[in-house]
Amino acid sequence: MREVCVVGVGMSEWGEVWKTSMRDLYVHAAMAAIKNSGVDHIDSMYVGCMSGGLFVGQEHLGALMADYLGVTGIPAVRVESACASGGFAFRQAFIEVASGMSDIVLASGVEKMTDCSPDEDTNALATAADAEYEVFHGATFPGLYAMMACAHMAKYGTTREMLSAVAVKNHKNGAKNPVAQYPFTVTSDQVASSVMVADPLRILDCSPITDGAAAVIVTTVDIARKLGKPYVKVKGSAAGTDTIALAQRADITTIKSATIAAQKALAMAGKKIDDIQFAEMHDCFTIAEIILAESIGKYKPGQAGPETLAGETSLEGKFPINSSGGLKSKGHPVGATGIAQIVEVYKQLTGQAESGRQIPKSPKIGMAQNMGGSGASSVVHILEVA
Amino acid sequence: MSMFSSRNWREFPQRYRMEAGKFAISGKTYFPPRVVDPTNGDTEQSMVKLPETGKILTFTVIRTPSAMFKDIGPYALAIAELTDGTRLMAQMTDCDIEKVKIGMEVRIEFRKVQQEMDHGVISYGYKFVPKWY
Repeated sequence: MREVCVVGVGMSEWGEVWKTSMRDLYVHAAMAAIKNSGVDHIDSMYVGCMSGGLFVGQEHLGALMADYLGVTGIPAVRVESACASGGFAFRQAFIEVASGMSDIVLASGVEKMTDCSPDEDTNALATAADAEYEVFHGATFPGLYAMMACAHMAKYGTTREMLSAVAVKNHKNGAKNPVAQYPFTVTSDQVASSVMVADPLRILDCSPITDGAAAVIVTTVDIARKLGKPYVKVKGSAAGTDTIALAQRADITTIKSATIAAQKALAMAGKKIDDIQFAEMHDCFTIAEIILAESIGKYKPGQAGPETLAGETSLEGKFPINSSGGLKSKGHPVGATGIAQIVEVYKQLTGQAESGRQIPKSPKIGMAQNMGGSGASSVVHILEVA
Repeated sequence: MSMFSSRNWREFPQRYRMEAGKFAISGKTYFPPRVVDPTNGDTEQSMVKLPETGKILTFTVIRTPSAMFKDIGPYALAIAELTDGTRLMAQMTDCDIEKVKIGMEVRIEFRKVQQEMDHGVISYGYKFVPKWY
């Protein structure tokens, strides 16, 4: 297997981008990544997207995006694993370069979520759950994570304050991210008094509905070196799955797919969890970041809440989580999220994080953890400075 | 999403009669039934009826329902473990949503779950109610 690296990154505008179509958002991000990397062509491309069909009535996204990017002729395919579509698209690009099948691959993701009504958004997102045994009974995504939160709070004593601390921290980081959809700070009291969505989760516990795209160039070390641009190595890539329905899991206070993916990625990279200096994690809801920080093995079960409250996961803490602002503040265009996580880890490792959100002491190794549904799929990547 | 009648009646054994699949070798029960036992690859199974009582493992109150459930919100949604260890998700009904608790004993009852628009397919199934008898 060849050594693989990321050499250029790009993002479109993120937020409620009413003036721009899905295809144009995508092309803005892809062109930015190509320009940033300095490559003169790409051999193939992967487009992570959860549901072009339901959000904008458009499928066949590989071909469409290749067409509008002006690269028709090359292989282009859409990758779907719900909210982990972007992470899995990146993994496919990694595998294609590592195997020697291609030398320069565009890994990308896009979601256009404001071309439909909020009700249609809710229904489209709910298709990541079990249609017949969860959604049929009235489950929504906030509802599924609320049930995980309820169980985690009962089992470990996780508190409202700890959930709020995740939102406060991520908004503080996101306020320094030029692409963030919600670049403002929130207080613990604001989170705790925001409107209830699904008990115990309130609106400020939830990531928003977002339009956006992100793209990175995946290539070999030889090519990256010749380009003369900053690059980082992809040391570990792994994915895991679990039951689609929450009720079927032995323990709903942990996310087994993330545990599997993290352990495999660490083994592949030859690292231990404490070698990882920072992480982008899938904080679709505040409780998700707490459970994930435990599931990847960083904190013991029940400890991620207290550690967050103590500031350990802040930008200045021992293990910064979501320096980008996370899904919570940066936004969550579901198919693009996994790629945007790679963009942030790349920026942190190459010292390019904007506006004062660079993690102090120049970190050398970072992790990106991306998750689908209520945790039925998860993908983890470990990146290291070259 | 349109609820074609075939999609609805295909689930009748589970939604109307609580039929689960019990595999021959492992003796494990799955609800809904699966073609293959994930623990050992066994495909030989018999249908068994699930017990009708259990207790709540976790729950939430859905305050922003999807369009299909707007007229009944807010409602409590729970995962319960039945007396045989099987777990399933359903709505809580006939109870004060503010009084739902982990560990609460529930009974399964047959109820209307959803209706597709004003003249569409009505889907029935199971809901949890507090166990008082």
